[in-house]
Amino acid sequence: MHLVLFLIFAGFCLAGAVNLLLQTHPINSALSLIVVMSSLAVLYLLLGAEFLAIAQIIVYAGAVMVLFTFVVMLLNVGEEEHTHGSYAAKIIGFPAIFTVFAVVTTVVLEAQRRLGGVKLSDGITTTQELSKVLFRDMLLPFELTSVLVLIAILGAVALARKEGHS
Amino acid sequence: MDLHTVPTSWYLILSALLFSLGVIGFLIKRSLITVFMSIELMLNAVNLSFVTFAHEWHAVKGQIFVFFVMMVAAAEAAVGLAIIIAIFRARATLNVDQIDLMKL
Repeated sequence: MHLVLFLIFAGFCLAGAVNLLLQTHPINSALSLIVVMSSLAVLYLLLGAEFLAIAQIIVYAGAVMVLFTFVVMLLNVGEEEHTHGSYAAKIIGFPAIFTVFAVVTTVVLEAQRRLGGVKLSDGITTTQELSKVLFRDMLLPFELTSVLVLIAILGAVALARKEGHS
Repeated sequence: MDLHTVPTSWYLILSALLFSLGVIGFLIKRSLITVFMSIELMLNAVNLSFVTFAHEWHAVKGQIFVFFVMMVAAAEAAVGLAIIIAIFRARATLNVDQIDLMKL
């Protein structure tokens, strides 16, 4: 059961990510990214992270992607122009990312025996356990992120405002 | 094959695949918005490996870290999209080849 669910949603994830690369219109890419993020939420649920699964849907698939589609509509972005692309990306970028992927995959497959498996019966990390750690051990970082978000709101308003209207 | 168990390594390989696709998108896409979306894809890929390791070692702090990454990513998306709007106002284009003022 778990294997089937994993394969279905990992497939959705990869299909969405590949579709993001193949589409030429930004709105289509944004919609494929929503598919990727929603299937990642299901994968989090399979890994027992219930709070993060919901946060993923609300924050990423919801808020962030609404912001993206909103900007695409606001700027009336058209089809992507075809250019030759960066020379440095072809020479260094693609071999580098291929190497990184190969190394990571080799290391993971090498360590496969020491790593365990994921079962549906493993139990979930409840929001209660999560909040105990968050508000006891991690209180200062949590408060600092709230300051960061406040600064980001002010920065976004200041950056997006039309100049000349003081 | 046991239908009820998925090896942890599969999740990690999926995460690596998504990250690589994000980097490839970053390199081949020409629209500034799509490049930004590729960055979000990379952040999500890293989050997946965080959650996987948190499950593997029963460490709640791994999930807390994902929570922080999400918050920072939301802030980053807001500021980044504001910058994109500002660039579009100044240059009237979103093609990364034409936004090359800082290029050598």
